[in-house]
Amino acid sequence: MTNENTNAVKCRQVSKVFSQGELAVNALTDIDLDMAAGEFVCLSGSSGSGKTTLLNMIGGLDVATAGEITVAGKRLDKMRMSELADLRLHHIGFVFQAYNLIPVLSARENVEFVMQLQGIEADQRRKNAMEILEQVGLTGMEDRRPAELSGGQQQRVAVARAIVSKPALILADEPTANLDSENSDKLMTLMRELNSQIGTTFIISTHDEGVMAFAKRLVRLHDGRIVSDETK
Amino acid sequence: MSMSTDSQNISWSIVFRIAWRNLWRNHRRSLIMLSAIALGLWGMIWMTALMRGMVDQMIDSSIKTLSGHIQIHAPGYLEDPSIEYLIPPPDESPTLQSLLGSDDVVAWSQRIRVPAVIRSERDVFAVTLVGIDPAKEKGLSFIGDSVTEGDYLTSVDDSKLLVGKKLLERLETRLNRRVVLMSQDPENNIAERGFRIGGMFDTDLEATETGYVFAGLETVRKMLNTGPGVSEVSLLGHDYRELDALLDKTQSAVPDADVKTWIAQDPYMGSMLAVMDGFVLVWFAVIFLALSFGLVNTLLMAVFERTREIGLVQALGMKSTNILYMVLIESVIMLLIGLVAGNILSWLTILPLQDGIDVSSVAAGMEFAGMSSTLLPAVKTFDVVLANLLVLVLGIAASLFPAWRASRKVPIEAITRVWQ
Repeated sequence: MTNENTNAVKCRQVSKVFSQGELAVNALTDIDLDMAAGEFVCLSGSSGSGKTTLLNMIGGLDVATAGEITVAGKRLDKMRMSELADLRLHHIGFVFQAYNLIPVLSARENVEFVMQLQGIEADQRRKNAMEILEQVGLTGMEDRRPAELSGGQQQRVAVARAIVSKPALILADEPTANLDSENSDKLMTLMRELNSQIGTTFIISTHDEGVMAFAKRLVRLHDGRIVSDETK
Repeated sequence: MSMSTDSQNISWSIVFRIAWRNLWRNHRRSLIMLSAIALGLWGMIWMTALMRGMVDQMIDSSIKTLSGHIQIHAPGYLEDPSIEYLIPPPDESPTLQSLLGSDDVVAWSQRIRVPAVIRSERDVFAVTLVGIDPAKEKGLSFIGDSVTEGDYLTSVDDSKLLVGKKLLERLETRLNRRVVLMSQDPENNIAERGFRIGGMFDTDLEATETGYVFAGLETVRKMLNTGPGVSEVSLLGHDYRELDALLDKTQSAVPDADVKTWIAQDPYMGSMLAVMDGFVLVWFAVIFLALSFGLVNTLLMAVFERTREIGLVQALGMKSTNILYMVLIESVIMLLIGLVAGNILSWLTILPLQDGIDVSSVAAGMEFAGMSSTLLPAVKTFDVVLANLLVLVLGIAASLFPAWRASRKVPIEAITRVWQ
């Protein structure tokens, strides 16, 4: 896939308010953020700073209370549920913190899942899946179910699934939270390589300094506001 | 790259694969549900087969007690079954003869049937005297196969009398003794004749054994001084439920006669049949209702347990319709496996009982309704198909709610436990 827009993601005055009874919690306030195609961005901040909320909204999983988010040239607030599903399917790859895989599918089938929804032929799917599993170091484990894989292996399968169809944007929420430092470094190195080789835009939320070290650009959030935005 | 909302068609293979594997994630729950479906279907088929068998026997008994599927009488005969109301014999009506010789008619016979009094040296009873063509009654009415002692009639001129077992006891007489039968001729004169008891018939119904005596058709004609006319022509079609066409043809063949089906002549049995049809539906509905609660509960539990997975697949781009089909297919697979097991179970339990179930301990009280001491389960294709279709179609309908619940989940709410 080629990136069609200079700005892969554009946030304008984005706010999110969660209502808990009569109490309103401002999770994000007036976020203005542009991310260019091919960037490798880390959103950092303490727990509750709003980084996960921002990722959710960029991925079309949640809706902003105010402001505009544009992904791949599409205004998310103007899209229907089915259009958002299509956007996620064709333009965005997700890596979650945990519970990333479908338990009843093998590693290869999990990687093939998105391609299958995209309607790619079985032979091509299998070939792509095997190649990407080799790339993330999981050759020989393709028929294992998630329960038969370690946490690090599961995360690598999730990364393989996220990148296999070469989306323009990959959103990763605390992808190394459940990994030891060795596996964490391997995973981040892998993502950086993919970013360099394919040009995929990565947005990674983390509060791990080790992960931040891999970032080309580091956006710090605090209490729902951007407090710093530095490019390395 | 396509961004059209139609770009993601139903991904049947992945939807089916996930549904199939999800079904076996909780073995115990799935097996309990499958057992419930199988036993529910078995209950539907088994109970219906027994009830159908019972009603079939009652109807068969009624049909064989001289009514046949269709009867032809002279107008007025059914209100006053006397010798005054006769119809010409079938061989005098080419149209009727043609119908009786066609494939529509399995068997037929002509009879004279009048009220009479039978007298032995000990007692006197009112009976119905039936003059028959013995060869034609075989396969049509009970009398052809029910003579257990003595001899069956050999021809229309046979002068022996066939008497029921119970009537013999009441008359305190026995085979080869003589009795006197008395009735009225067409001129309202007493017609009387002595008969030798040549055979005794034995049936399941006491009323039949005490209510009828049989002699050769010509013998009865001579006794009653009648011409060639007959009281009734009884005929048997192929299916006691499908008589409309045969009724129309018979009415066309003898437009001046009174033509009635067995249901019209025996409204009690007709209503039994209608009640049975209604009962089958009510029985099916009761069983299915119990099943549907289990099915909906099982699927709702499955959907609840997989909330995060549903959120995950939504996040990966699976559309609501795919998720809806995923839950529905899981339900359909469970229903189909349950139905196959239920059908096999029904077959295995009904097959060994093809020779009937001995219900002699309870049948005595039911004899008045024509129930025999051996109950033959009657498995009707219609009932089996209906039971299967009902469980499948209504099962899918019951699954729609859990499936809809799954498909309407908001991704962030479904996945929230993972992301935050």
